Amino acid sequence: MSTVVDIRNLGVEFATDAGRVTAVDGMNLTVAPGEILAIVGESGSGKSVTAKTILGLLPDTALTSGAVLLSNREGQDTHDVVQLTGERLREVRGRDVAMVFQEPSTALNPVYTVGWQIAEGIRAHGRIGRRQAKNMAVDILRRVGIPDPEKRVDYYPHQFSGGQKQRVVIAMALVLNPGLIVADEPTTALDVTVQAEILDLLRRCRDEFGTAIVLITHNMGVVADLADRVVVMYQSKLVEQADVETLFSSPREEYTRTLLGSVPRLGNGADRGPAPAPHSELGTPVVEARDLQIEYPGRLGVPAFRAVQGVTFTVAPGEVLGLVGESGSGKTTIGRAIAGLTPVTGGSLSVLGHEMLGIRESDFRPVRSEIGFVFQDPATSFNPRLTIAECVAEPLVVHGRAKDAGAARSRVDELLEAVHLPKAFGSRFPHELSGGQRQRASLARALALEPTLLIADEPTSALDVSVQARVLELFRELQQQFGFAALFISHDLAVVDMLADRIAVLLKGQLIEVGAGADVLGAPRHPYTRRLLASLPVPDPVEQRARRAELHRLRSTE
Amino acid sequence: MPRPVGRIARCDPPAAFRQKELDVTTVPPGDPVSGPSPVSTAPAPKKRTQGIGLGQYIVIRAILIVPTVFILVTLVFFLMRVVGDPISAGVGDRLTAEQLQERLAEAGYDRPIYVQYLEYLGQVFTGNFGRTLTDNREITDVLLQYGSATLELVLYSLIVAFAIGIPLGLVAAYRKDRAPDALLRILAILAYATPVFFAGLLLKLVFSVWLGILPLGGRADTRVALALGRIDNPTGIYLIDAIRLGSPVAIGDVLEHAVLPSLALGLLTAGVFLRLVRTNVISTLSNDYVSAARSRGVSEFRLVTKHAYKPALIPIITVMGLQIALLLGGAVLTETTFGWRGLGFQLAQYLASRDFVAVQGIVALLAVIVALTNFAVDVIAALIDPRVRY
Repeated sequence: MSTVVDIRNLGVEFATDAGRVTAVDGMNLTVAPGEILAIVGESGSGKSVTAKTILGLLPDTALTSGAVLLSNREGQDTHDVVQLTGERLREVRGRDVAMVFQEPSTALNPVYTVGWQIAEGIRAHGRIGRRQAKNMAVDILRRVGIPDPEKRVDYYPHQFSGGQKQRVVIAMALVLNPGLIVADEPTTALDVTVQAEILDLLRRCRDEFGTAIVLITHNMGVVADLADRVVVMYQSKLVEQADVETLFSSPREEYTRTLLGSVPRLGNGADRGPAPAPHSELGTPVVEARDLQIEYPGRLGVPAFRAVQGVTFTVAPGEVLGLVGESGSGKTTIGRAIAGLTPVTGGSLSVLGHEMLGIRESDFRPVRSEIGFVFQDPATSFNPRLTIAECVAEPLVVHGRAKDAGAARSRVDELLEAVHLPKAFGSRFPHELSGGQRQRASLARALALEPTLLIADEPTSALDVSVQARVLELFRELQQQFGFAALFISHDLAVVDMLADRIAVLLKGQLIEVGAGADVLGAPRHPYTRRLLASLPVPDPVEQRARRAELHRLRSTE
Repeated sequence: MPRPVGRIARCDPPAAFRQKELDVTTVPPGDPVSGPSPVSTAPAPKKRTQGIGLGQYIVIRAILIVPTVFILVTLVFFLMRVVGDPISAGVGDRLTAEQLQERLAEAGYDRPIYVQYLEYLGQVFTGNFGRTLTDNREITDVLLQYGSATLELVLYSLIVAFAIGIPLGLVAAYRKDRAPDALLRILAILAYATPVFFAGLLLKLVFSVWLGILPLGGRADTRVALALGRIDNPTGIYLIDAIRLGSPVAIGDVLEHAVLPSLALGLLTAGVFLRLVRTNVISTLSNDYVSAARSRGVSEFRLVTKHAYKPALIPIITVMGLQIALLLGGAVLTETTFGWRGLGFQLAQYLASRDFVAVQGIVALLAVIVALTNFAVDVIAALIDPRVRY
């Protein structure tokens, strides 16, 4: 059987200051024409390095052994990419294999029109006139579903939405009709409804263009939705490969089973224990928003941008409210307003009995000790020059509970223990911890003052699934132990489902649905919530196929 | 980061339409280029109203020059008066009290400071900067004569700086941390760390004294300078005047005189530009969009000169603008070293003779130049960066 790419005994090592680091070890895999192969694994498992090797895109510090035999679409010509250099390698790229990147906003050059950028790829492979290249660009843009391509070919990347940018990136990959596309986390940066559209488009690439796809992802739902065959990588090695149904129904390896087990699934929220008390009985709400409005002032000549318009909700003591919405829906803005980080411009927002509309910083300062905040990216929310213990002690020192970081050490040790970190980690610096450990430390810092309200803004979206599962478990444990109320902000419905008592859904700054978790997810009333739910790919290929049909039905009825 | 929802909504086709696009599966697989394309029934995307156009942007920036210049001129006026009025400061120690009073009253310096300030503003507004104390010349004349000389020198050295700094900066960025980069960086440091008067002396020593092929200083030979002075409405930029004179000898002579000062000042600036281009291009080279272009087979040469260079230009232009403004005001040492009678040269003279009216005029002109350069930089940056334009 012919193959598009045949990887034989591939090994990749990186020369670093600390010696050689193995990134890929003894990798063997093949991709047949028109096949969609998913490579899954956690960050650092070597999946991205494998993908880049196929295009010869590794940096100079990489030492590659083995062979990557890449055939062209017709299967007449085969090159070993590992041996190619310079001009020969350049010829293969784009013609035989192309790449789709994770973040469409960085994969497009901001200062050139998309048409120019598509034409660059075309004109790099043969003498093609400017006009003809532009016609090809218009054509490919139309085929990936960009409306009005004749006009938009002259648009700059920032004039497209995130999903459309990814369509443009896919158009660039498709324009020379390569036999293989390597897609490195193509939907990770996108909202879930947009993700479903891009997955449909990638499926069309295969169905219409007959292009084989190597899909790099950590999202098992995406794998179930798109892949024909799956390769699981762990610590630089291939641990299991099987077709998609077999892998999800009967995984052979222990690691694969753990990986599948840690994927949060919708509907698992039911085992939260006893049903929470009815909302009205929980006492005075800690947060009460009435017709809340938040505006960001515009630049000169630009009107103010209303991020939140007329939102009404409450958070009762000890209750976890999940705030769900896509990027730009205003969920982070609401979280920041509650923490007093963004001024409220209209309506009413009462936090722990303080009206936030027009509040002065000096009046709000004492309230801050009652509010904990967990940020999205644990890598950037810690001062890299302070030790973990100093970071965790900071709120204690700021609010006068301890004289300095040293005096707070015993309390810090307690906190670290509460988040299951060894005491010794207190003396380490943030970069010496893994992402999951840092996010635990971040939780410890947020809990240092025993707040009555915790705001968690996408606390797990930067983490691997298995790590995410452990952090979410910890969050639930701590919430039960300390009994704080929480506003849990996330774009991931399954994650919110695991933790939240009630769920609020935001769309373009407006609250469209709020209710008990089981009600909102089990019987959504608003069509957008229904579409959001249907867009979420589930890690089960058979069920996902049914859901996809349901989503298409929903979209066509709208 | 809050993102404007409105913009996304306007770009997105209606959901129903998207569905239509995705359902088009009638296109046979095969060559995406020649295959029949589904006819788009899309309604044209709604016109965006957010953001401001380039024209409006330039107008706003141009209007902002006025308050900038106003603030700068005001600052110059009051800072100069901190040391007292120009006459007392300049010649006060050489006059008796009565003589001084007489001179002050004559020049109007005995009136309240705000009256003088308002008068000064009115004069500046009408283009009248007053007369110098020492040689009693119109300040505007001084500015025109010496300003054009400085402008000519700066233009020549910018040509040198761009021709050397940008290509070599690109080479250094592409060969980051390799031998060519290391060599170029050392040369760049040498170029901008060597004081310009020292570099000038060395150049003069080699090319004028030892080799004797280039003149030692000045802007032109005396005979050529005289000939240039006789033409109608001289621009003050000798090269243009010499071309108008139509004499190849004069053109050659003017250019010969320009070589060494332009090299001395140009190399210094080239060193700065080289490092500037290198740093910014290194950071854009590591961007995803460069990898993305590489993954489509774009050649390394084009990656550096187009894909990485143009986005890097935005910060480069900003710093270059400041550098050029600095050159226009700060060519004092070069001008002095080569006897190039420009603004810096003259400023030093007036300072030495404590002619503060002249100094005030020159400093005010420099302030205006800085404001104008900033405006030019903003406009060029807007032309390069579409995100400012739309």
